[in-house]
Formats: sequence, C-alpha cells, structure tokens
Amino acid sequence: MNASVPIKHTQAESDLFDRFESAREALAGSVAVSALREAAVDQLRDRGLPHRRVEEYKYSDLRAFMKAAALLATAADLSRVQAILEDQDLFGGLERYRIVIANGSYLPTLSDVDALATEGVTVTNLNDALSGEHGAQLLAPPKSGQNDGVVALNTAFVQGGVIVDVAEGAAVSKPVELVQVAASSGAQATRIKVRAGAGASLHLLETFIGDTAEGEVNSVFDYDIADKAHLAATRLIVGNCDSARLLTTIATIGAEAEFRSLGFMAGPKFARNQQFINFVGENSEAKIYGVTMVGRDDLADQTLIVDHAVPHCNSREFFKTVLDGRAKGVYQGRINVAQHAQKSDGEMMTQALLLSEEAEMANKPELEIFADDVICAHGATSGQIDEDLLFYLRARGIPEAEAKTLLVLAFLSEAIEEYGEDDVTEGLEARVRDWLASH
Amino acid sequence: MLEIKNLHARIAEDETEILRGVNLTVNPGEVHAIMGPNGSGKSTLSYVLAGKDDYEITEGEVLFNGENMLDMDPDERAAAGMFLAFQYPIEIPGVATMEFLKTAMNAQRKARGEDALSIPDFMKRVKAAANHLNVSMDMLKRPLNVGFSGGEKKRAEILQMSLLEPKLCVLDETDSGLDIDALRIVSQGVNTLRSPERAMVVITHYQRLLDHIVPDVVHVLSKGRIVKTGDKDLALELEKNGYADYVDAAA
Repeated sequence: MNASVPIKHTQAESDLFDRFESAREALAGSVAVSALREAAVDQLRDRGLPHRRVEEYKYSDLRAFMKAAALLATAADLSRVQAILEDQDLFGGLERYRIVIANGSYLPTLSDVDALATEGVTVTNLNDALSGEHGAQLLAPPKSGQNDGVVALNTAFVQGGVIVDVAEGAAVSKPVELVQVAASSGAQATRIKVRAGAGASLHLLETFIGDTAEGEVNSVFDYDIADKAHLAATRLIVGNCDSARLLTTIATIGAEAEFRSLGFMAGPKFARNQQFINFVGENSEAKIYGVTMVGRDDLADQTLIVDHAVPHCNSREFFKTVLDGRAKGVYQGRINVAQHAQKSDGEMMTQALLLSEEAEMANKPELEIFADDVICAHGATSGQIDEDLLFYLRARGIPEAEAKTLLVLAFLSEAIEEYGEDDVTEGLEARVRDWLASH
Repeated sequence: MLEIKNLHARIAEDETEILRGVNLTVNPGEVHAIMGPNGSGKSTLSYVLAGKDDYEITEGEVLFNGENMLDMDPDERAAAGMFLAFQYPIEIPGVATMEFLKTAMNAQRKARGEDALSIPDFMKRVKAAANHLNVSMDMLKRPLNVGFSGGEKKRAEILQMSLLEPKLCVLDETDSGLDIDALRIVSQGVNTLRSPERAMVVITHYQRLLDHIVPDVVHVLSKGRIVKTGDKDLALELEKNGYADYVDAAA
C-alpha cells in the first residue's frame, strides 16, 4: 500500500536479525518453509516488534519491553532435562502421559510415545514434517491474525515441536502433558500441531518449566478439531521469569465439536496468551477461560478473537484477573459473528480484582456482529476485595491474609470450576496459593 | 467476662456519634438481652464488639476476660472466644461452607496453640451440630450462605456458633426474618449452648425471641446509652407499652 519508510530498529530487533543470521543454517524446513521464515523476518524488519501503535498490542508493548534478544537455546542436556522434570512437576500425583520438548526440540526418548500409540495418539517430530512436501502448511498463520507479530516471530525462529495426531474416535484415557523445558538459557520457539480426529477426545496440559533466565519463549499451538471431536487444553504459564512468555492458540473447530481451554498465568514479567478461534462447522461449542494473577510491575495479557463464521455455534468466554502491586492486566476479547452465522450464541465476561491501589486493568470486550438473529452478550467488571466479606471471615477467626487468600481463590475458582476439568482443579488451586504466598 | 465502660463510638466515615457512654457488665453463665428502638445503636454495639473498622472508639474501654478487646483484631477476638451472629449473614460465593467451617475452626485452634482437627473429627462435629439444627449436608456443600433462605442463614450462623464454641455469644437480631418454626429451631440451638462458662448478649427488637431464649437481665438501649435495666419482665413491659418512655428519658 504505502511505500514503507525504514524504521529505526531497537537493540532487541537488531539482536533478532543477528539471531536469524546465526541460526538460519540450522533451522529446519523445506525451501517453502525457509521462504516463510525469510518473509517473517522481513515483516519484523519492516514493522519492528509489535508495539502500542498496533491496535492488538496497544496495552502490551512488546517492543518497549524487550530490551535485547538472546540467541536461540542450544540442544538440551538430557540429564538436566530429567532433573528439571522431577523437580518441577506442576501436577504432582496426576496420572498422565508426557510429551517432552526441551530447549525447543522434541525429545522422543523422554516422551511416552509407545503408551500414547496404544491410545491412538501418534507423535511426530515437527522438524521432519517441516522438511517434507507440506511443511509450509504447518506454519499457516491464524485466519484472524494473518500478520500477527508474535506469530511471525515464531515462524521465523521455530526450532522444533511436535505434531500430535489423535485417531478418529480415540478417547484418550489420561491427560497428555506437553511439557516444554528450558534446560539452559536462550530463546525458544516451538510449534505444536494437534489434530483431533473425528469423534476423538483429548485433554492436553501445556506446561513450561525449567531455568527461566534470558530469552523469550514463543510457542504456537495449532489445533484442528474435527467433527464431533472434543479437545480441552489447560495451559499453565507460571513461575517468575524476566523474559517474555508469548503463547498463541489457533483453533479450527469442525461441526458438533467442542473446544475448551483454560489459560492460567501467574508470575512472568511479560506474558501474552493470545487465541484465534474459528468455527468452521455448525453446532459446535467453544468454552474459553482465563485465570490470571499478576503482581509487581509485571504485565499479563489475555487476548482472543472468536470467529463465528458459521451458524449455530455457541461460545463462552470467561476471564478472571487478580492484580497486585503496580501490575498491569490486559483483556482483549472479540467475538465476530459473520453475516450468515445466524443463531450464534456468544457470552463474554471479564472480571478483575485489584488488590492494590496502583494496579491497572485494561478490560476490552468487543462484539462485532453482522448477523441479525444472534444472542451475544459481553460484560466487564473491576473491583476490590469486599470489606464486608473480609470482616465476616475475620469475625470467625480467620486471619486477614488467610481470609484474603480464601476470597481470591473463590474469585478465581469460579472460572476454574466452570472450565470443569476436575482432575486439574486441585493442582491449579495450589498454584493460586503459591502465587498468593510468593508474589 | 465482658465489661464495657463508658463506651463512645462513632461512624468513622462521617463521624456520626452512635454510642454515647455504654456501660455493661456480663458475667459467665448470664444471658443479657439488649432491646431498643431502631437507631438506638444496638447493631453498632455488636459490630464494635466484633471489631468492624467502620467505627471509631472515641472514649471508654471494653474488657474481655480482663483483656483490652479494643486492641485486638477481629480474628484475635474470635480466637479469644468472641462470636457475633450477624443480623445479615454475608453471602460468600466460591467459598464452600464446609471449607469455610474447617478453615475457621482450625484458624482459631491454631491461634490458641491447639492442633488442627483431623478430617474425621471435623466431619463428626459438623454432622452432629448440623443434625441438631436441621441443617442438611446438601446446604453445607453450597457456597457459604449463597442462595440460603433467611431461616437457613440464621441456622447456619448458629451452626457456626456451636462449632466454634465461643465464650461470649453476641446475637444481633437473630430473630429477624424467621418464621415461628425457624425461630424455635434457632432458639433451641442457642439454649443448648447456654452453660455456666458461657455468656450471651441477645440483641432484639421484639420480646418474642425472649419467650424462647429467656434472659437473666434485660437492658434498654436508647440513643446510644443503656437507659434501663431489669429482669425478664422488663421485656414484657416493653412489649406492652413500647419504647416511648425510654426514648423520652434518654433525650
């Protein structure tokens, strides 16, 4: 459109170009994939990192936040990965299968490949597929975020990942934890493709553990949910870390299918969980939940676009944010209803609880409706702890700090319980207590 | 057990004086009723005793078993044995009643240096008390007071009171919003807790409650002061003649 005037790059942007030069040879992919990577770097060169003058990043200025960019993490030491897996188990005694990615690369030897195969789940190394004929398709951007800067950053640097195929009709009996381990410092970029076959059902746990020193983590989860399939994705972005945590969901939902997700954030200095959700088949349902705790002068951003592109689909978006210190919380949620997507039902709610005077919440729920026969609602609230509730608890002998914990937990649990994956509820509530005790 | 001496209190926000020199001594084993017209300061007195910080104490003192109670936080008062049954029990969405009961009982035990209750012991106590007050286990699974009827809320208050085993029970208009059957159940619950070691202060508008919970002493509170003290017959007299005499006397 316009002839672009070259921008002055920040230190982090210059670092990213250097990173690309030094990694280029080692990054996997076919000629087409390499072309996509080049194009993504060109986009970064033209536009820079996403910043506040880009509408979608108005409240989460990644360009201002990133002062520098580390090189990509190199291959992980296996014994170190094993030690971290033992030390930092976010779900304690929960029975589950594991798929392990460390420093951006899939580690089949630490993953339950055989057991998963018996359940109808096939795990493929993303890098093999990227080099194949259809490699470039794996890096397709979200429909409603074609030029998203974080996804472009991922495309440029994606080091590895997995493709998880769930066979038609397979109901996986235990949750599958897709755990990404940082076994040394350095940036990580991964891409996860999940294809739930028709009628399949799966509960994914997406966790990030390990050394959280320098280097951003950028992970894109791309779910294809076939007709009548059920996918639940519980994503945990927890633990103190000074570098950015950038997570993206792309969900494509077939007919009579169900997608549920919970994005749970607590701890990072800068975290963005963005979701691009598309209904492509009728009579389907998406239930999207967010539970965010943010303190100090950190930033936590939950952003989503739900596209009701076809008729007769329901979506529910329910987000809870607790803020303390001088933290900033962001919720941007948009429901789009296309002109022919009649009988769409969308219900979006975002609620914030501010524990300090200096915390700040940007709540931005939006509806964009072109159909005339729909039920859509949105709402936003921001408030403080109710003094009357606090007094009642204290009058029963519960000390102030414990009473506050109960009330914060109650506030957040509403979303956790409605999400309804009972086997992780206890673990998530324990993480809330961790945050309250340590932030 | 409880000694209130020349207590003056005002609303912190707008400095409206509500209590204007209350004097009251309650001994172990005694049940005192405080009656009075609307706006006389009855609920304020109960909140001040429980430690609500909407009020400022401008003069006087409150001793609880010889200790200065006004220096204590609400939770410290509770652990020391003070219990306020709220006129309007607060609904707390997201906090399961059982979880709340366990947290409260164990917090008080911890403050007193006692061990936490085992789960079976806790369950046994709750079941016994709930059975006595006609509180269903289903009700206890719900979030605290959420969706409870007026009667259920009051029964839940008395349930808490019996589980927490306080030394001093202050009941703020526990009869309000109760039908006759609920009133009987609640009163029986309260009467079961009467003991030589425990004192009670029953705040009410109406004599009706005092047919069920028979007081040893009746006080009339008017315009922030106790203007008359008598035995249970005073309540009957008030029921007949109203508060007019005392409102004038205090003026």
